[in-house]
Amino acid sequence: MEMIKNFLRQFTVVPLVGWLIGSFVAVLLEYYLGDAISYYLYLPKIPVLFGALTMLKEPLLIPSVLAYDLIIYIVPVLLLGRLLAAFSNRVATWFEALPLWLATVVHLAAFYGILHLWAGINDYRVLVVKLTMVAIILTVSLNIINGYQGEFSCSHPGFMALGAYASSSLTLMLFADDKMFGAALLPPALGPWLFPLILIFGGAVAAIGSLVVAIPSFRTRGDYLAIISLAFMFIVKSAIENMEFLGGPRGMSSQPNYATLPIIFIWTMLCIWIIHNFISSTMGKALNAVRDNEAAANSMTVNTRKTKMTAFMFGAFWAGVAGGLFAHVLRYVNPGTFGIQKLAEILAMVYFGGLNSIYGSIVGAVSISVLGEALRPLELFKWIIIPLILILVMIFRPYGLISFTEINVKGLMRPKNRSRSGGAE
Amino acid sequence: MDHFLQNLINALQWGSFYAVISIGYSMVYGVLMLFNFAHGDIFMVGTYIGLGIATMLLALFSAVLPGWFIFILTVVITMFLAAFVGAFIELVGYRPLRGAPRASAAITGLMIGIIFETGNLIILGAQRFSFPELIKSVSYNVGGVYFTNVKVLIIVVSLILMLALHTFIQKSKWGMAMRAMSYNFLAVPLMGVSINIIAPLTFAIGAGLASVAGILYGQAYPVLDPYMGVLLGWKAFVAAILGGRGSIMGAALAGYMLGFIEIFIAMAFPSTFRDLIAYSIILIILTFRPRGFFGMAHSTQLRL
Repeated sequence: MEMIKNFLRQFTVVPLVGWLIGSFVAVLLEYYLGDAISYYLYLPKIPVLFGALTMLKEPLLIPSVLAYDLIIYIVPVLLLGRLLAAFSNRVATWFEALPLWLATVVHLAAFYGILHLWAGINDYRVLVVKLTMVAIILTVSLNIINGYQGEFSCSHPGFMALGAYASSSLTLMLFADDKMFGAALLPPALGPWLFPLILIFGGAVAAIGSLVVAIPSFRTRGDYLAIISLAFMFIVKSAIENMEFLGGPRGMSSQPNYATLPIIFIWTMLCIWIIHNFISSTMGKALNAVRDNEAAANSMTVNTRKTKMTAFMFGAFWAGVAGGLFAHVLRYVNPGTFGIQKLAEILAMVYFGGLNSIYGSIVGAVSISVLGEALRPLELFKWIIIPLILILVMIFRPYGLISFTEINVKGLMRPKNRSRSGGAE
Repeated sequence: MDHFLQNLINALQWGSFYAVISIGYSMVYGVLMLFNFAHGDIFMVGTYIGLGIATMLLALFSAVLPGWFIFILTVVITMFLAAFVGAFIELVGYRPLRGAPRASAAITGLMIGIIFETGNLIILGAQRFSFPELIKSVSYNVGGVYFTNVKVLIIVVSLILMLALHTFIQKSKWGMAMRAMSYNFLAVPLMGVSINIIAPLTFAIGAGLASVAGILYGQAYPVLDPYMGVLLGWKAFVAAILGGRGSIMGAALAGYMLGFIEIFIAMAFPSTFRDLIAYSIILIILTFRPRGFFGMAHSTQLRL
């Protein structure tokens, strides 16, 4: 035990930059040597998702997979991180002098580079990363309503469906030759450039739709609002099913491939940044005030109606954007996707990660979606394991894993060589 | 007019399922102030238990005993077993969460439901079972209105159950304890009524009712599948809210109303519009009457 502690203490001096450098080297190693190493370890191909799928499918390959993970990921990251600690601390100090936004952008760009290289190995990884990012947007935006505002809204799949259908019908109408909407109205080359506008349009449609839930929320809270939002979700789903010009229950397909990895990454980061700013603003504090005591907030000059409406519309906007991205990732949507199953998934992510915390939402979204993919070979047992994990989390941490904490960007990026022995943090 | 009467009987039958299931939601809400989202799947489990018991009894006694006796025996045994399932869920899933935020309990309920559905698929496989016909279906024709004895049975048994429950709640000592608990959650344990007895009892009664609804459902629609509880359960939940939370009478009435709405919409519109119109009506009702039909005004402070 003491040994492990000592071992871990070695790595407390490594700043974020150090880890990024280490992972970059690890990813480069996989990119150039991955095939060779997996060949010598008798692996059929480079294991996707760190070999979780291979381990569950063929238990005999577990040692090879572990060796692969050790060689490619664990050793380079830990070794380089520790060896370059002095250098990376100097870099981190240098970054600290830069404006915060610039340092953040540089870090994010480096992170994106690593992600791109890692995902570039095969298409399955790309899909997993894309869907995880969409899940992050969904979870963070639902946390505005369910965490910060303290309602129990069940309508997120509905907002998502509105966004998905609005944006994909627009792209199909404008930039694609389609049998539903006819020939393209604009030159398809314009498509990728106008795609952000289309996503914003999808978000706006979802935001307007959210008024159906937001306006009753002036008078009622809790269970009744949960039912109203649930009813809204079912209404959206069955309304789309009955609209033949949108494809009805068969859905819409062959959306153009605009939702590439960089686009989704930029949108996800934009979403986290904007929602973080929203939460730290006066309006964000008003949300918490309304959640904790509506009457007191009202008497302290908080406009409760405006606050509730903003929270719902803002959350729904991002759900709509996520829906648009989702539709363009899968390049197929049908109304059946946006039902109870999706709702349970999003709620699980929010409550697993933690209420009232963007950080927690990111953790929840990433862990549930990666877990869902990694346990895929278990087939049905996956749906026993994930619910059990959630029940345990609910019993031992009722507010979720990481609740009521905020991202501290500056603290994340700071150099770690100072304040070794309990000095000033 | 005949057409109307025909649909009336169908609606009464369909509404009976909703009414009996939604009572389970409402009772749990009354005592513990939370919704048991696993209730739809308890209904499913109850149906499968009923299927097992009925098949067993038919195999053993079908030569000796008449069908109606086997039916009654099945109902009694299934109720008893399903009650244990309900009490067990309370013990494992909800008791550790007494002090937790209500949303955590909601998530736990959803997850228990998923575990039940998947567990069923794993244990019984994807094959569809069909509920044995315990009572020979006979159709009658009274003045142009067709109905079967199964329909009458469903309506009558549901009414008897609700009446029995009403008597239990109003007259018995346990019922009094439950009413007291829903009146004041904090003071009643001080008077020597343990929440740890009342809460499992409430879950057990709800599960028992749901399992009878399941057997009746099996008589009317014999093909069962593991996800049968999801849609019925959510709609019964909506009915429980619509009736006013914690109000058992309200839940039953709202259940029947939901049945009527659905059947009569299917009469006038294509059946794909059923959910759309039913939920729109619910949304409008709740927007203008946020407390449901019989709900007491809780303070808006109530947090989920």
